[in-house]
Amino acid sequence: MNIIAAPPRLRGFERHVIKVENVSRRSILKGLGIAGSFVLAAPIMSRPALAAYKTGAGEMPHGVVVDPRVFVAVAPDGIVTIVAHRSEMGTGVRTSLPLVVAEEMEADWSRVKVQQAHGDEVRYGNQDTDGSRSTRHYLVPMRQIGASARAMLESAAAKRLGVPVAEVKASNHEVVHAASGRRIGFGDLAADAAKESVPSISSLKLKDPKDFRYLGKGEISIVDLRDITTGAAQYGADVRLPGMKYAVITRPPVTGGKLVSFDGAEAMKVSGVEKVMEVKGWPWPSKFQPLGGVAVIARNTGAAIKGRDALKIVWDDGANAKYDSVAYRAELEEATRKPGLVVRKEGDVDAALKSADKVITGEYYAPHLAHVSMEPPVAVADVKGDKAEIWAPVQSPGGTREDVAKTLGIPEDNVTINVTLLGGGFGRKSKCDYALEAALLSKELGAPVKVQWTREDDVQHDFLHTVSVERIEAGLDKNGKVIAWRHRSAAPSIGSTFGPGAVHQLGLELGMGFVDMPFEIANVQCENPEAVAHTRIGWFRSVSNIPRAFAIQSMVGELAHATGRDQKDMLLELIGSPRILKLDSVKDYWNNGEPYDSYPIDTARLRRAVELVAEKGEWGRSVPKGHGLGIAVHRSFVSYIATIVEVAVDDKGKLTVPRVDTAIDCGTYINPERIQSQIEGTAIMGLSLAKYGEITFKDGKVQQKNFDDFPVVRMDEAPLVTNVYIVPPGPDTPPSGVGEPGVPPFAPALTNAIFAATGKRIRALPIGKQLET
Amino acid sequence: MIKLKINGQEHSWDGDPDLSLLWFIRDEVGMTGTKFGCGQALCGACTVIMDKEAIRSCITSVSDASGREVTTIEGLHPTGDHAVQKAWRQVNVPQCGFCQAGQIMQAAALLMDNPKPSHDQIREAMSGNICRCGCYQRIENAVHLASTGV
Repeated sequence: MNIIAAPPRLRGFERHVIKVENVSRRSILKGLGIAGSFVLAAPIMSRPALAAYKTGAGEMPHGVVVDPRVFVAVAPDGIVTIVAHRSEMGTGVRTSLPLVVAEEMEADWSRVKVQQAHGDEVRYGNQDTDGSRSTRHYLVPMRQIGASARAMLESAAAKRLGVPVAEVKASNHEVVHAASGRRIGFGDLAADAAKESVPSISSLKLKDPKDFRYLGKGEISIVDLRDITTGAAQYGADVRLPGMKYAVITRPPVTGGKLVSFDGAEAMKVSGVEKVMEVKGWPWPSKFQPLGGVAVIARNTGAAIKGRDALKIVWDDGANAKYDSVAYRAELEEATRKPGLVVRKEGDVDAALKSADKVITGEYYAPHLAHVSMEPPVAVADVKGDKAEIWAPVQSPGGTREDVAKTLGIPEDNVTINVTLLGGGFGRKSKCDYALEAALLSKELGAPVKVQWTREDDVQHDFLHTVSVERIEAGLDKNGKVIAWRHRSAAPSIGSTFGPGAVHQLGLELGMGFVDMPFEIANVQCENPEAVAHTRIGWFRSVSNIPRAFAIQSMVGELAHATGRDQKDMLLELIGSPRILKLDSVKDYWNNGEPYDSYPIDTARLRRAVELVAEKGEWGRSVPKGHGLGIAVHRSFVSYIATIVEVAVDDKGKLTVPRVDTAIDCGTYINPERIQSQIEGTAIMGLSLAKYGEITFKDGKVQQKNFDDFPVVRMDEAPLVTNVYIVPPGPDTPPSGVGEPGVPPFAPALTNAIFAATGKRIRALPIGKQLET
Repeated sequence: MIKLKINGQEHSWDGDPDLSLLWFIRDEVGMTGTKFGCGQALCGACTVIMDKEAIRSCITSVSDASGREVTTIEGLHPTGDHAVQKAWRQVNVPQCGFCQAGQIMQAAALLMDNPKPSHDQIREAMSGNICRCGCYQRIENAVHLASTGV
């Protein structure tokens, strides 16, 4: 049997793809620089987190740092500064992780300031903010950091008061000696606490969750809320430096294309334009290195854009000039009609399909998608000699630092990455090409420069979500029981962005709802035919889970229809008995980078999500004529999510969504209010990709440019109501992902609902005009 | 020389009169609350109020704003406590927050024009403003809240 080998573990998704040399860095480490503060110059201790469960955090590049001296500072005035080392792109992580520290150290949140970390993984541990893993990797380490700080404050107070440490207790920003009624504020203790040694992790006592003031409550708003509402919040686009130049770049229209020649004379005539220059490009594929092209430098962005419009450029389109989405779809379909690399095998699927009473076949198409975060890629760089400082909205501060250093040929210690707020990320901003462009231009100009991508640049030069055909054959016996399941998935791999020759999907892609299909079926085979990439493929929020959930959950709907059963009943029957999936035939199952013991595929939790949403979402309720209900469930990012969509389709085929209900089991959680907002948002993103999402190529070029031809859902077509139900976690249920897993089940729940409403089965996304009559 | 008022303060510009108000405000004046999202009046991130009307600053030239009174998010309320801003915070609207300045300016203009909009009117008036994070349900609720008093 052919089983694909898992690639080595690399940075975030990236390090699952390609080996990055381990650049050693001198550790120049400073405290937080607050006078008299609790955190002083300190060596870094990387310590394993102790928890009832294990996570993959330690396996990430630079692992986990559990050290209060790195993350916490207490100033003499009592202000507690807590470092946020993950990037804020809308999930609320910049609030929730510091909140965990504050909770454990008994800090009063109103006297806490959050400070954003630079990109420095030796100091802070891994900073890759993707894969929906911040909470699951950092809940326990952040609790330990807070508990360490609390222990140091208590120890300092006990010495001051001359009492045994067991007699004092930190409570709401002070340490209290109950017996004498004496109390000392955190600020007063700052200097002494700084002299205390950091307690061993095994000696720490974490708070009893029943004593939590903040965690699990959802009563604390994000720290940037006021600034966002007043325009004071600083995104990457908002960085301004003295003497800063504004640049836009025109890039090769075909991936892998090259600049032949350019004429900047007309551009130079535009008022405000100061310079036209070539930008170095790397041959494709080259990970996140810039595509190259021609930059127009101006005194403001508007002038730069106008100058760029006046450029005359000759390109060599290169090897991908024939990339055509219509032809490519046919190629993928053809590929899935033939055997492919076997990546999971249980029983004998060929024999079972042959003996089946009935075989239902579904071929599902899901096209390329662009991320279109509201803030297009943008970065500011100031390169002076062999030193570089970058200000950018990046999901990978540490990776950006490595890549800037490599691109400029300078030591990583000479690179400072200032992480701004991200105006959306969705995976796009894990790829730092825009920061590298800014670094290259600043070096050449000898001045600070901002590189601003226009929306057209963003749509046309994205690291796109892959394009895939998923073909499923399900064999039923004469009683209507599913006895065979063959699923072939053909899609260009993210691996193709990292090096030539990648034709099979990576372990991380196979592990996204494909080889981990959870149904209780005797004969299962998953195959991965080859697919060659012709553009930059990257990870888009929830990644390959989108096509897999669409295909598999659509097939559930098709099987329900074929056997005359209710969708939910069919789904529960397929999920089968409550059990832990074994997946013996899958080599190196990815499991989102988590140990399987802590994060197994638990069909009881999958069932519970379905049952909860069915109950709360009133599955089976009667709906008006032209309306339909659809259901779907999907496990991704080690969370379990089920969604019910009610759709209304009018006689012209226009669809609206009156109601969405989603149940999420994400284990232990920090902030239910932000979970709710994420799930509300994934309904919109799911509806956007289902209704409209499609990037197409012709002659190697992206055919879309902006929100007019790559539309996303607007308020007038948003669901009228989205209800979110969070499965209460067990006492030791490890936390799991929230940012992404709401996306995958939405599209199939919607298309199942459309089938219920109209009898029309959508097998290709987007829905587009397929319902129009 | 073009002269215009932004948040009550006079500004002048003798460069390209076709420069969009957006880049004038952001890059020349240096106020960055107003955002660039699409450059084609498709997303509403750049919304400002010009003489009581919400406009897309990305397709409005500085010369079109000559002699006009422009209000940006920074000038909506002296302490950031406009009813819309307060409602936004009460409902915890934002996720990433990048589009919110434009959303808030659009909502403020709507309420100037129609102090008690229905839910349908809110959805219609706000549908020119894209939120990729998908905060629409909360935006709708916040506008409604602002219209009924926070």
